[in-house]
Amino acid sequence: MLAMILKRLLVAIPSLIGVVIITFLLTRALPGDPAAYFAGPAATQEAIAQVRAKLGLDQPLPTQFMRYAADLARGDLGTSLTTGQPVATEIRNRLPASAELTLLGLIISVLIAVPLGILAATRPGSLVDHACRVLTTAGVSLPVFFTGLILVYVFYYLLGFAPAPLGRLDVFFSAPEAITGFYLLDSLIARDLETFRAALAQLLLPALTLAIFSLAPIARMTRASMLAVLASDFVRTARANGLTPFTVVVTYAFRNAMLPVVTTLGMVFSFLLGANVLVEKVFAWPGIGSYAVEALIASDFAPVQGFVLTMAALYVALNLVIDILYGLIDPRVRIEA
Amino acid sequence: MSEVPLLDVRDLTVEFHTRRGTVRAVEHIDLTLAKGETLAIVGESGSGKSVTSYAVMRILDRAGRIAEGSVRFTGLNVHDATEEAMRDLRGREMSMIFQNPRAALNPIRKVGRQIADILVRHVQAASNDAAEKAVEALEQVRIARPRERYHAYPFELSGGMCQRVVIALALACRPQLLIADEPTTGLDVTTQKAVMDLVVELTRERGMSTILITHDLGLAAAYCDRVVVMEKGHVVETADSKAIFKAPAHGYTKKLMRATPRPGVTLRDLLPEDSPSTSPRLRGEVVARSAAGEEAPPRIATVEKAPHPDPLPASGEREKDGVGGEAEPLLVVEKLVKEYPRQGAPAGLKKLFAKRPSPEPDVFRAVDGISFSVDRGESVGLVGESGCGKSTTSMMVMRLLDKTDGMIRFAGGDIGEIPAKNFARLPARSRIQMVFQDPTDSLNPRFTAARAIADPILRLGEAGGRDAVRARCEDLARQVGLPIELLDRFPHQLSGGQKARVGIARAIALKPDLIILDEPTAALDVSVQAVVLNLLQDLKDTLRMSYLFVSHDLNVVRLLCNRVIVMRTGRIVEQGETSRVLKAPEADYTRDLLAAIPHPPL
Repeated sequence: MLAMILKRLLVAIPSLIGVVIITFLLTRALPGDPAAYFAGPAATQEAIAQVRAKLGLDQPLPTQFMRYAADLARGDLGTSLTTGQPVATEIRNRLPASAELTLLGLIISVLIAVPLGILAATRPGSLVDHACRVLTTAGVSLPVFFTGLILVYVFYYLLGFAPAPLGRLDVFFSAPEAITGFYLLDSLIARDLETFRAALAQLLLPALTLAIFSLAPIARMTRASMLAVLASDFVRTARANGLTPFTVVVTYAFRNAMLPVVTTLGMVFSFLLGANVLVEKVFAWPGIGSYAVEALIASDFAPVQGFVLTMAALYVALNLVIDILYGLIDPRVRIEA
Repeated sequence: MSEVPLLDVRDLTVEFHTRRGTVRAVEHIDLTLAKGETLAIVGESGSGKSVTSYAVMRILDRAGRIAEGSVRFTGLNVHDATEEAMRDLRGREMSMIFQNPRAALNPIRKVGRQIADILVRHVQAASNDAAEKAVEALEQVRIARPRERYHAYPFELSGGMCQRVVIALALACRPQLLIADEPTTGLDVTTQKAVMDLVVELTRERGMSTILITHDLGLAAAYCDRVVVMEKGHVVETADSKAIFKAPAHGYTKKLMRATPRPGVTLRDLLPEDSPSTSPRLRGEVVARSAAGEEAPPRIATVEKAPHPDPLPASGEREKDGVGGEAEPLLVVEKLVKEYPRQGAPAGLKKLFAKRPSPEPDVFRAVDGISFSVDRGESVGLVGESGCGKSTTSMMVMRLLDKTDGMIRFAGGDIGEIPAKNFARLPARSRIQMVFQDPTDSLNPRFTAARAIADPILRLGEAGGRDAVRARCEDLARQVGLPIELLDRFPHQLSGGQKARVGIARAIALKPDLIILDEPTAALDVSVQAVVLNLLQDLKDTLRMSYLFVSHDLNVVRLLCNRVIVMRTGRIVEQGETSRVLKAPEADYTRDLLAAIPHPPL
């Protein structure tokens, strides 16, 4: 197992190097001149040239790249021009916010979608099946900012159940001591139930928004995969041997149907992590997606490169986790690895 | 038979709801089975034999239902029983063994656990001693080292071993009725014999009743007291197995028996008596057969016929590749070797870090230095059990797989040296063609029959316009007896026999010299197999092709091949004239293979 993990990490190195090169080139190819942007609208040509020299943008591309690579090797992702903060620090602060939100959203989604998919597969054409189809289609067709705004309108404005959608924690609370960066976990570690409740209250609506959006792929994949497995020979054997429907569906069929579901989960997770900018905007969430988009608009190279690199590394790690899960679920995969 | 029979099926009709309305898979059938009796249900695909057994167990799928009649099991009406009551019966009182044992087991659950699940479900064991009892169940089906095998997954076991596990599952709770649905289809003959002997011994020892569902009349008669013959959802004959072989009463039974390959008959004998047999036909003439489909080819050569001595070219293009003269056989294989890296052997990076060399060699020899030849116009059978290397050999000769060592000479040229991936573009490709085992899987489901047949012509032949290709397709269809109007159908709209014909037409489209037949009739019913075998023989004579016929069925090889090569674990055990090898085998292994074929009581 350990050997497999090491091997996978070794294999990932070339793709990470590729990501570094491509993001570097892409950011350079983007329209917009960061020197002009930061010198301000009233700056003279000389002032812009000065800023450009200061940023090192007057150097030829290979030199710029060498400097970037050297910084990267030291763990320095550069400094954001807009905020003046080191990119590494910013990402370290913002990534857990996004990850916490996405994970909770995904957990809620799985808790609803997987049972729904199983029910729909065991009773194809029934009311449950149609309900599943309608719900997932609706969830995926509504844009996330719309679902988010509806939830805010109903639960904050009309009913007053939820706190104001203003970031990770109400202003009256102070953030728990950062250990994992996840407020829910950190507040539990600090045994601060008040903060836990407050953080959860802030988290619920955006997480629910994400969950509604991601119901569709998970539920549909569960249903399709379960349908295929339920029609297979070994399920017939299990039935012919009088095993209870619960054992047949859960122990025999579902575990076999899980592989494609796990793959889908991984894809949905990595997609949501980087792409939930709209949700972050609606809920004023200090996440990594909105950070990257703001930097991109400002032609701020360092945060964009740092963001892409982080996402690539996360993606590699995620795929590794999925492969390990595969091995745990299916012994045949274990042998091949 | 005065007491209540164990199973009493009266007037049973099973319906399936399909998109095209209700289909009756089984109509008004009656069956009885006494305690301790073994009954065979014999029929071809679509006869409703499996549906009958599913109705008995009440495990028909959602679309199927018992429309009429009753199924009584020890006096209990299966139709009216609650689902809970049926669940208690299944596995404990009646159980089932399935075809394709590997698929019948949960692929990601240890086989011992699967047995334990059933024991616990039927309160034959508590959760603390279930594992111990599961090991006992494995022991009873004679699995070596049962304690180790408890932890095995199905993919780690051979097909025969998997079937033993499925038997252990079915017999774990000592049921009164065992239904075996094609339990040995797809298994080797020796494994088939071992599995059937085991089933018979265990069920007899426990006084169980058995229903054996099979398409193989020989197997049915060899292992059962009584035989029920089914055709298209009806029971056409019920008789003692001894009687049915001596004096089959129904026409369908006779047809089935006739079509079963067996010693002492010729290919012609397999066809129904009333098929046209005397229409004169000149050599090389296109076989124009009636469009009725599965009708017999009119001309048949017998097995005893010697291989064609004259390698006359059937078409002009044949000779231009420089045939090495009549002395050299069409195909010469010498010391052919194929090695695969052994599973689990360290590879690549890991090998560098390995502390010491592994005790086993890193490679596994699937084919271990075999030599043989195929003459022009000759058909050679390649026989052996699964894993013996016969398919690997045929793939290398077909140039779909690269050899490790040795030589393959075809028509004077060394084709073994050409990498498989380049071979597809060479003109020689058109001279070696193949007919695949599964007629369904080997056709592109999005291609019509005509498109499938035209495929090699478009890729390798001189196409010469749409109409020319179409005309050639129709020619070929006539030659293989495929009705022209079926050419525009898709594979799922054709029957198994028709799909086999499409596969054969595609293989002969480029007038090849050598055709590799990889178990071309294994997936077909016997009556269709009889026709297809005759067609193959006929085509060989007309087109002067050579066949390399890969098969595990010695009786089929006996009918079609001049010479036979028996392989085992990558080596040739014995080769020679078919009649000699099968009548007086020299190798013990050949004798074992022959002995394992089920012998009906005659």
